[in-house]
Amino acid sequence: MSGPIQISNRLGKFHSNWIWLVTGIFIWLISIFLTDQINPYYLNIILYSGINIILAVSLNLVNGFTGQFSMGHAGFMSVGAYASAFITTYFQAHHVDLFSNPLIGQSIFVGSLILGGLVSCAAGYLVGLPSLRLKGDYLAIVTLGFGEIIRVIFLNVDAVGGSRGMPGIPPLSNFGWIFSFVVLTVFVVERLIKSPQGRSFLSVREDEIAAEAMGVNITGAKVRAFVIGAFFAGVAGGLFAHQLQFINPVTFDFNRSFEIIIMVVLGGMGSISGSIVAAVFLTTLREALRPLQEITQVDLRMIIYSFLLIVLMLTRPNGLFGTKEIFDFLPGKKK
Amino acid sequence: MVEFFQYVINGISLGSIYALIAIGYTMVFGVLQLINFAHGDVYMLGAFVGYYSAKWFHFTDKPSLTNLILVLIFAMVMCASVGYIIERFAYRPLRKAPRINLLITAVGVSLLLEFSGQLIFGSDPKFFPELYIPQTDLSIGEIKINPLQVIVLIISLILMGFLQYIVFRTRVGRAMRAVSFNHDLASLMGIPTNKVISLTFMLGSALAGAGGVLVGIIYPRIEPMMGVMPGLKAFVAAVLGGIGNIAGAVVGALTLGMAETFLVGYWASTYRDALAFALLIFILLVKPTGLFGTNRTEKV
Repeated sequence: MSGPIQISNRLGKFHSNWIWLVTGIFIWLISIFLTDQINPYYLNIILYSGINIILAVSLNLVNGFTGQFSMGHAGFMSVGAYASAFITTYFQAHHVDLFSNPLIGQSIFVGSLILGGLVSCAAGYLVGLPSLRLKGDYLAIVTLGFGEIIRVIFLNVDAVGGSRGMPGIPPLSNFGWIFSFVVLTVFVVERLIKSPQGRSFLSVREDEIAAEAMGVNITGAKVRAFVIGAFFAGVAGGLFAHQLQFINPVTFDFNRSFEIIIMVVLGGMGSISGSIVAAVFLTTLREALRPLQEITQVDLRMIIYSFLLIVLMLTRPNGLFGTKEIFDFLPGKKK
Repeated sequence: MVEFFQYVINGISLGSIYALIAIGYTMVFGVLQLINFAHGDVYMLGAFVGYYSAKWFHFTDKPSLTNLILVLIFAMVMCASVGYIIERFAYRPLRKAPRINLLITAVGVSLLLEFSGQLIFGSDPKFFPELYIPQTDLSIGEIKINPLQVIVLIISLILMGFLQYIVFRTRVGRAMRAVSFNHDLASLMGIPTNKVISLTFMLGSALAGAGGVLVGIIYPRIEPMMGVMPGLKAFVAAVLGGIGNIAGAVVGALTLGMAETFLVGYWASTYRDALAFALLIFILLVKPTGLFGTNRTEKV
């Protein structure tokens, strides 16, 4: 967590906006031509990896870059998931003919995702404004509490199924949309932390008092980081809902928040590429452990996760990459 | 009115169990400034140690009060050892690390206990054996009191009194208070801070273990995830009473226990889990030091 802020031009000559656009087109080419070729089971793992990348990178903005340890990310994810699923199921129930035109269907879907993200933003603002006055452990437990409160509220709202959950969500998520939002998330977070705005986030992490003395509005910076994180969590929730086609409040309990935290901590708090690697690794690990889980009837994954977390804190507390990016480890990189 | 008093009694017995857990939270926070997330899971272990020891020693054949107390003591000893192990191997190496690392480790220990519990004990709920079957029903007027609730209350009061004695009337207790007041200064005064911290963990864990056995007596359904919610709620109780303050934790726990039973009794049981967190947020915003806490100024 400590150490000087690195102001290196990490991506070197690739550091232009073109690379993002090229990646975006590339993703859609894969989506259109290749997804039918891939084994659906593996494709599913890839898609969930994508969703987890969005969650981990957006949480990293709050926990890693701004240094505010939030434990309620699943709450924001559920807000986005319910909001967008509510919209698409409404259209499916009342205007099903709209979906026959793929263009309109997809626009409804993306619109619902963005709207879900915005509702989640609003929730993030409501949660963040009071709780970000708190520090460290208190902030952690209050965000955990807010996550649980959001879950209990959904448990009691009958319009979204209450404890029965929400079935029959149209399967609109696909490789293209999930990975477009992955690229968007990484792009926004990466560009943001290089901007003056993002520098103020980093300064809050490094030393709140010093940052305040230099004129940084620390509460403002925290709330902004929190709201942006909540937006992407909401979008990830929407993508998740339309991938699984069923959501219920239990899906978004604090164990899910912990799962995202483990990804961020494992990858390194303050490392975008670390979060990506950790999200992919842990999603794959979960599937790799599935045969073993069927024998023992227990979620072994969580035992391994938690053990990993303890060992990591004891031996390499900054996570795999610390605050560095994967490019920093490449040979030929000037320090 | 009868209903009202019934709820008060239920609330007190629920609150006294929260209190046993909350005391451990508040003590550990006092010496380490750490929210020991694993504390609720130590309480779960207490319930399971009680369950298995009652089975192995065949205490269920002849239920009696002595058996109950033996099981209780056994569970407390076992939980104290677990508390020691957790502190020694997970928290002590991080004494100099940033506090957030300690918090992450605590979350890790908590998850590890929960899910290894599922692996070892099985994830389906078990039924706590009847260690003591009361002969008579107590009742005041129309209000019925389950004698088990009285026993639980009495045992928890005895334990709290014992703890109060240790903390305020013994040398070890004085050392604990010194460490929680100022860690570095205490060590300069020749207090073996590591030993004191270990001891604090053991005392707190023993009480949580006792809470596990006692909860098994009143609500006999036990499972590996049972510690999560009571653990978090006990933390809320500790904050409510002013964290670091033992008497405050007890008051906070009783308040929370009663508030919960009233909510469930008069309104809706589904909001039960949200109440504690709403209370926590409210307290932290209005009076972050809790009811009996003292203000600590932050130094630059």
